[in-house]
Amino acid sequence: MSAKVLLEGRDISLGFRGVKALRHVSFEVREGELLSIIGPNGAGKTSLLNCISGRYRPSEGELFFDSRPIGSLPTAARARLGIARTFQNLALFAHMTVLDNIMVGRHHLLKTGFLRGGLYWLGGAQREEIEHRRRVEEIIDLLEIEHIRHAVAGTLSYGLRKRVELARALAIEPRLLLLDEPMAGMNLEEKEDIARYIMEVNDEWGVTVVMIEHDMGVVMDLSDRVIVLNYGEKIADGTPQEIAESAEVRAAYLGSADAAA
Amino acid sequence: MQLDLLALFVVNGLIVGVLYGLVAMCFVLIYKASRVVNFAQGELLLLGAWVCWGAVVQVGLPFWAAFLLTLAFSVVLGILIQVVVLRPLIGEPLISMIMVTVGLSVFFQAILKWIFGVAPQSFPPVLDAQKVNLAGLEVEVAYLASCAVALVALAGFALFFNRSKLGLAMRATAFNQQVAASLGVSVRQVFAMAWAISALVSAMAGIVIGLVNGVSAGLAAFGIKVFPAVILGGLDSIVGAVVGGIIVGVLENLAEYVDGQFLHWGNLYTIAPFYVLVAILMVKPYGLFGTKDIERL
Repeated sequence: MSAKVLLEGRDISLGFRGVKALRHVSFEVREGELLSIIGPNGAGKTSLLNCISGRYRPSEGELFFDSRPIGSLPTAARARLGIARTFQNLALFAHMTVLDNIMVGRHHLLKTGFLRGGLYWLGGAQREEIEHRRRVEEIIDLLEIEHIRHAVAGTLSYGLRKRVELARALAIEPRLLLLDEPMAGMNLEEKEDIARYIMEVNDEWGVTVVMIEHDMGVVMDLSDRVIVLNYGEKIADGTPQEIAESAEVRAAYLGSADAAA
Repeated sequence: MQLDLLALFVVNGLIVGVLYGLVAMCFVLIYKASRVVNFAQGELLLLGAWVCWGAVVQVGLPFWAAFLLTLAFSVVLGILIQVVVLRPLIGEPLISMIMVTVGLSVFFQAILKWIFGVAPQSFPPVLDAQKVNLAGLEVEVAYLASCAVALVALAGFALFFNRSKLGLAMRATAFNQQVAASLGVSVRQVFAMAWAISALVSAMAGIVIGLVNGVSAGLAAFGIKVFPAVILGGLDSIVGAVVGGIIVGVLENLAEYVDGQFLHWGNLYTIAPFYVLVAILMVKPYGLFGTKDIERL
């Protein structure tokens, strides 16, 4: 795969009051790729994801999205460029319906301004909404959540909420999708479902995916490439095959397998 | 006769209560969006009332023009307060922002006294000062009109909040700023919009009350009445704020009735809502600042 680089991190470091969460991490994500980030707990995986999404500002280094520096952009601006994410802990808007949750993701794509949006039923807002609903329906179809679209998000089961969160991230029409442990706490069947959705989004819709996941079987099956972090440093970067055979990864990662499980 | 009087107090309470509810809603809007407790809420009312009064009496504009001008002025002012005064404080402890709103309240009180003087003023009659017979009760037209304006504002707000895209973005931000931002919602824009709407609706309430009672610094007391209302209704709930406002309005008038008829203590109505507030805070001591915020790295 020699596709162009969609996201590049150069020499990213991040510190919290002396604790170095990331040390000089450099990486590339190519267009259309499915990249997994693995590593023991506390290795800095989520910190790296947070740097990409804009939640944290790296103390050193620069990020390029589509060859353009994004280090100084706030989270919302990065989302508008097409960087979507899900969260490790469920972060649905619990009091809203599934459909409203997804529509929040459409918010920045709506052209209707404040006044016409306020006078919803007068202007073109309603017509625009119908168009957006069609796109939203595609996402709902893919994730097989038709039956719960009017349900209040907070009342759903864990597995369904994870799916809705994925749907909401897809609603912003991302070019890059950041998934923080999309399968944590799921049973085998639910994991297989989520894996299928992720592959479809990646293959059919062409969305580049960066995923943090602990389940090695899933990582090895799905990923085009794997990055390994340990104590905030990148210790390996390669195909699943290469990673599985790397002695350094075994020492660092499998050596503390109990903590990672 | 006594029963008639009681009914009249209850109706008055409902009308004033709707206005309290409207102001409480403005307060909750800012709190929900940004967790800032706005101690300058009453001054936003006062500002609206004075600006409109100034435009009518001193500039000589017709009332409707002055009204619209005031609303436009309030929107700009609300955005300015957020952008100039509060935005630089993002990232500072919440208590700093809250103290700044206390400062804003003092600042606006002083500057309004400087510009418009300390004497209470009244609007030239806009509505008939007549009374209508409402199911056997004599109610002032101006009161009914103010209640109608408040209800229209409430309905408009409910529609905006529940149906418009910006309303959706505001609800999302209120629930979780980080998540809303990750979906492309500009949190700064939402904060500015919350202040703009709050100032706009507050100014409307201020003008309406000013029409009935005249304009004076005492108008800002509405901002204080908001506290029992929102704590009754729950700080986070817009519907709760409106219901809380109505309850406070009725409570106040019932207190006045009981006071006037039986107790003769005088001025019971001003403090009755606060007794209720104290009682509620004894049961729920963490009511006001008890927000918990857990962040995982």
